[in-house]
Amino acid sequence: MLKYILHRIALLIPTLVGITICAFAFVRLLPGDPILAMAGEHGVAPARYEELKEQFGYNLPIWQQYARYVGEVVTGDFGVSISSKRPVLEEFKTLFPATLELSFFAMIFAMVLGIPAGIFAAVKRGSWFDQSLMGTALVGYSMPIFWWGLLLIIFFSGYLGWTPVNGRIDLQYFFKPITGFMTIDTLIYGKWDAFRSVLRHLVLPTIVLGTIPLAVIARQTRSAMLEVLGEDYVRTARAKGLSSARVIGVHALRNALIPVVTTIGLQVSTLLAGAILTETIFSWPGIGRWMVESISKRDYVVVQSGLLLIALIVMAVNLIVDVLYAVINPRIRAA
Amino acid sequence: MKKKLAFAAALLAASVLSGMANGKTLVYCSEASPANFDPGTTTGGNDFDASSRTVYSRLVEFKHGGTEVEPGLADKWEISDDGLVYTFHLHPGVKFQTTDYFKPTRDLNADDVVFSFDRQFNKANPWNGDKYLPNLTWDYYTGMDMPKYVAKWEKVDDLTVKLTLTEPNAPMLANLGMDFASIVSKEYADQLAKDGKMADFSTKPIGTGPFQFVDYQLDSVIRYAAHPDYFKGKEKIDDLVFAITPDATARIQKVLAGECDIAPYPNPADIGTIKANKDVTLMDQAGLNIGYMSYNTTIPPLDKPEVRHALNQAIDREALIKSLFQDAGATPAENLIPPTMWSWNKDVKADAYNPEAAKKVLEAAGLKEIQLWASDRVRPYNPNFQRAAELIQADWAKVGVKAEIVNYEWTKYRSEGKKKDRPGAFQIGWTGDNGDPDNFFATLFACSAIGVSNYSSWCDKDFEDLIQKAKKTNDQAERTKLYGEAQVVFQKQAPAFLLAHSQVYAVVRKNVSGFMMDPLGIHRFDGVDKAE
Repeated sequence: MLKYILHRIALLIPTLVGITICAFAFVRLLPGDPILAMAGEHGVAPARYEELKEQFGYNLPIWQQYARYVGEVVTGDFGVSISSKRPVLEEFKTLFPATLELSFFAMIFAMVLGIPAGIFAAVKRGSWFDQSLMGTALVGYSMPIFWWGLLLIIFFSGYLGWTPVNGRIDLQYFFKPITGFMTIDTLIYGKWDAFRSVLRHLVLPTIVLGTIPLAVIARQTRSAMLEVLGEDYVRTARAKGLSSARVIGVHALRNALIPVVTTIGLQVSTLLAGAILTETIFSWPGIGRWMVESISKRDYVVVQSGLLLIALIVMAVNLIVDVLYAVINPRIRAA
Repeated sequence: MKKKLAFAAALLAASVLSGMANGKTLVYCSEASPANFDPGTTTGGNDFDASSRTVYSRLVEFKHGGTEVEPGLADKWEISDDGLVYTFHLHPGVKFQTTDYFKPTRDLNADDVVFSFDRQFNKANPWNGDKYLPNLTWDYYTGMDMPKYVAKWEKVDDLTVKLTLTEPNAPMLANLGMDFASIVSKEYADQLAKDGKMADFSTKPIGTGPFQFVDYQLDSVIRYAAHPDYFKGKEKIDDLVFAITPDATARIQKVLAGECDIAPYPNPADIGTIKANKDVTLMDQAGLNIGYMSYNTTIPPLDKPEVRHALNQAIDREALIKSLFQDAGATPAENLIPPTMWSWNKDVKADAYNPEAAKKVLEAAGLKEIQLWASDRVRPYNPNFQRAAELIQADWAKVGVKAEIVNYEWTKYRSEGKKKDRPGAFQIGWTGDNGDPDNFFATLFACSAIGVSNYSSWCDKDFEDLIQKAKKTNDQAERTKLYGEAQVVFQKQAPAFLLAHSQVYAVVRKNVSGFMMDPLGIHRFDGVDKAE
């Protein structure tokens, strides 16, 4: 098992190098001179331009800039934001809990609805429920998140007034974050009304961010279930006279869930990508919105390091999923 | 045990911190997170709203809703006859804010004023460089040419400060009303330096302004409370909250739902919905900006004013503005400066649409082909350079001039465009800094700006004499007259096609009073009240 894990980690190294090259190159391939872009309408005097170029290290040959960048990253120095002058890692740590909390609820939402819906569709294969569910899932999968989010805000918050438009909590609640997770912090402080406010604020962004994973999980569960339901051991179980619920719930589901777990792991990258749009629409103070704002401010340091940090998280989650998968399915380890 | 203690401390903090003061709370849905709270180091309008206009004050201030300069921390000032020495007399007894992180022991004095500027240019000042914050550029201080004009700042006595210039510069007073010129506390800076917490200066501000900083949750909420000892009197609202809401549609939905009281910059597409809503008011004003197109006046036949006038007359400006700005609208520009700025000459009118007359002149001049420049960037004064270029191209085709559209990415666009020998017509614009006409006329069309930001390479002796004279005199009436004349010369010489001043909007709930649109594009909350 340990050998397997080490092998997986070794495989991550070339990916990691690739990502640093991508993040580094991406920022430099963007059109426009970063110093002129920062200067805005005023422009910048030639002498000052050279001074700034040196200050930001853009005067060095490109390979030296890269070496310097990798050297800093390896020592845990992700740079300092050009606009806020705060360490990038510090901002990331402050904002990441918000993204994690939202992603967690979105994933729970997707699983709680997606898995039963997929099972039901598989069991009732070809029924109107199955067909309409699969149709809806296709729509959900193709939904443009930005449009979907604004539509929900305009209808539920604007027209019906049921949910708050955006934000994480009502403005009247004000406390110093402990964990950064609002649901947990409000409970630590014992503020039930604040906790309810947090939940109310979570409803719409959770739905918006969870829509695509929900569609994917429902479809994946259905097809995995269909495959398993046709297996010999399921037929045997039925032949033994077991109840339908027991056959589906115990014999079929346990085996069908293996590919579903992989799918859920892969959805983490979907969630982080979706967070960029969802957080912008819902003014959610997480890393997705932070990246968007940094791009519009031409804060190259944040964009570069933010990309790397997000990539690291996706890689870490994939590693965990791979390991879990090996725990569930011993055949993987041998392969 | 430690954990238990920490938990108890947290609970205590919660009981202290949770819940707002029971008073009037005004919620402003701001468009972006501030970079930090030190206005000397930032450049964005949203940065200034959150720091200089709330927490700080300046020696002089802009009149609420205007661009005229009025007393601020300085009750009065004298300018020497040669225009070189400014003596400011500070208002006595001005209190800095008292917060949980700083308790001032003295009132504002001349040391604070000198320190506020010294830190922005004196490399020997520990607050100028990396000891304070990394990669500091002091953009506005250098951008407004302060190093060139300022000889020295001196303390005369506790309540008197003397500024000596290297040459007369009338716009200096307006510069001192700008955000970067906010007055900070030297006592606070000294304390932080002693405690080794210099970076806190940019995250926990202390000023003399109408509101004091309470808390900032990164990218989410900024909280302020009214400064109880504000020298112009405590504000009527007790708590001011910035709910940071970057998406324009969400921002407007929040105002409509009553979750915030004021929101800036709605989407043009939402203007109709806002106007139809009876709970809110849509406020608008021509922004302190100008979109224009510079002709290179040194290359024949564009060196002849009549040819430039003819090109202007060939453009259906009304249709062009409508197509570019749509529902958001824009004020057609008659002059280089917008009508909200002092010295705007109401008698000057831009060239009227007259393709027949234009065709005759252009044929006679033999102008058949011209380069027409466009870039990819959305600017406040021109939302779509490419679209504008296509429409102008079509208009010029009707008068027999074939325009070739030249495209560059924004930074290269400007560096190519400002070259003296750049041919043709170049679309560009400007957003003003300090509300002084010099900031438009001299920045954009002075002879010395050729190769920098005078994209017309235009150097006209009459115009130059007028604006240089206006720069050197401190008599406001005289300056108004001189700039008025400069506008007449500009219209006669037509070095550029003037497009429009884009409209700036804010959405305000009906129960809010005292909020004003500001020509400088800032959002101020002093003097604002809210009916419950």
